[in-house]
Amino acid sequence: MSEIDLTQGSTGLSNQVINRAPDLQGQFLSGSTLWRPRRGRRKFFGVLFLLLTLLATLIGVAALIVLLESVISQGWSRLSWDFINNFPSRIASRAGIKAALVGSVYLTGLVAVIAIPVGVGAAVYLEEFAADTRWRRIIDINIANLAGVPSIVYGMLGLMLFVRICAFGHSLLAGACTMSLLILPVIIVTSREALKTVPQGVRLAALGLGATKWQTVRAHVLPTALPGILTGVILSLSRAVGETAPLLMIGALSYMAFVPESPMDDFTVLPIQIFNWSSRPQDEFRVAAAAGILVLMGILLTVNSCAIVMRMRYQRKMQW
Amino acid sequence: MSRHGLTTAVLMTVFASPSFAAGLSGAVKIDGSSTVYSITEAVAEEFRPVEKDIRVTIGAAGTGAGFKKFCSGEIDVAGGSRPIKSDEIEKCKASKVELIELPVALDGLTVVVNPKNTFVKSLSFEQLKRIWEPDSKVKTWKDVDASWPDQPIKLFGPSSEHGTFDYFTEVVVGKAKSSRNDYSAASDTNTLVSGVAGEPNALGYFGYGYFEEAKSKLRAVPISKDGKTAALLPSSSVIENGSYPLSRLLFITVNKAAAQKPEVDRFVEFYLQNAGKVSKSVGYTALPSAKLEQSKAKYKARKVGAWQESAH
Repeated sequence: MSEIDLTQGSTGLSNQVINRAPDLQGQFLSGSTLWRPRRGRRKFFGVLFLLLTLLATLIGVAALIVLLESVISQGWSRLSWDFINNFPSRIASRAGIKAALVGSVYLTGLVAVIAIPVGVGAAVYLEEFAADTRWRRIIDINIANLAGVPSIVYGMLGLMLFVRICAFGHSLLAGACTMSLLILPVIIVTSREALKTVPQGVRLAALGLGATKWQTVRAHVLPTALPGILTGVILSLSRAVGETAPLLMIGALSYMAFVPESPMDDFTVLPIQIFNWSSRPQDEFRVAAAAGILVLMGILLTVNSCAIVMRMRYQRKMQW
Repeated sequence: MSRHGLTTAVLMTVFASPSFAAGLSGAVKIDGSSTVYSITEAVAEEFRPVEKDIRVTIGAAGTGAGFKKFCSGEIDVAGGSRPIKSDEIEKCKASKVELIELPVALDGLTVVVNPKNTFVKSLSFEQLKRIWEPDSKVKTWKDVDASWPDQPIKLFGPSSEHGTFDYFTEVVVGKAKSSRNDYSAASDTNTLVSGVAGEPNALGYFGYGYFEEAKSKLRAVPISKDGKTAALLPSSSVIENGSYPLSRLLFITVNKAAAQKPEVDRFVEFYLQNAGKVSKSVGYTALPSAKLEQSKAKYKARKVGAWQESAH
């Protein structure tokens, strides 16, 4: 259908080209209204576009470099094993991030355990199983909108739902549930996009050979979409590592001199510790905050590189 | 009575030999003012080697948010950078939480200008009120004092969730939380410090501890309550003896039921014992000893109520 449309639509143009063809071989048509190469102008716009995109890239990189430079120059000398292994202190030189670091790691782990199965599951259902009904479209729109809700709103939701109604208290579990809600929409949206990139032929071939829908999804669709899903998951988890507002809302602590041992324990996380130090009057605490930022960035970069390595390995395995 | 004598005796023994722990365990949950937070954190840090099995946790949600949690019984102790309000007392009563409000330290609010500003020699409460009240007509320095230059004032102050904001508006404007809105409000006091340091026409206010750390970049304005008595610069001595007009008490409020628990009781006793020493180390001023003794006596007697109400 569409091919026919295309030929019909372009008939006029191809006729013109055919009509012009002898002219091109003959003399140069300087007065023609149709043939204006304007090569200088086109080249200029080509170069301009290239420069603009380059600039766009450089702005991001430059911001990162400036940030890194100021944080490293302030905080690098403060990094030490003591800094990692000490609890908070009123004396800036003795203050450390142990409780916050462990809290952040536990929280991220719990969020991964909760959000990945739920998020990817929802994406698989919506993309592979659900019929295209009005209900599905309403759900679609809602999930896309949820991705744009400010994080503090999730904090209020978490406070009501997990801290009060579910009676988790101000625990790691309440924090992890809240953060999971926060990143679920992004996981669902990115996972669905990844599933959409799997060629339809893969599904049809598997179904054609007698595989059930479940077998098709498990053995072919999911593995193919995995690199894309992983990217979305890791980016969302990074967001969960860096987010503060919802956790402050649900009552994460600022000081604790012990390490949380169960999901029901109170907790604190790195961004809260950094925020707390940076709002102190003493300059030495801002140095500690910079060192905390370095540790946080170290974690984020490690997690992101893991994602890239995993993605490349899976991409190599999947050759079509 | 003898029980508290015993506690003190145990405390002293523990102080003498930190390795001899009395072996209490449990949790003490604290939240509230971010100003009082730094004192409480310091106390908790000192407390840890003494009672290593008592888990002290402190949040810094803000004075108002702290009282909300306190009145719903979620925490044992709330920090307050202002006295508890009557509606908060009502809320606690409604949920049958009996509170004991105890002053632990003093803080002086500092009104600051940029060092380039040399013409403001002092400010009275009346002038501050004209500058900060809602719908204030003051736009330039000249509007405050005719002899000052005709240049716009750039105002900096803490945002409305701060106890500092509540206190300043209450004392200067006359009604808590009533302030003009067209000023640069910050939830992070360091933003105010750098704001005033970078703007020649700035005027701002915040806690004395922040001023002390940034003395070289800021100039404190001497304050006189009525404009007639000699204007005073903030310093720990005038804050402590109460002559500085913008000095305020910092409180902890203890849940009476929670104070039955030996671990909470132990921590509060320890807090009152060490508040003086510790608050100086984090930039605040110790209570005068008479007032501290009143505070201790009030706790010992488990006298329920806000600080103002109790006879002392």
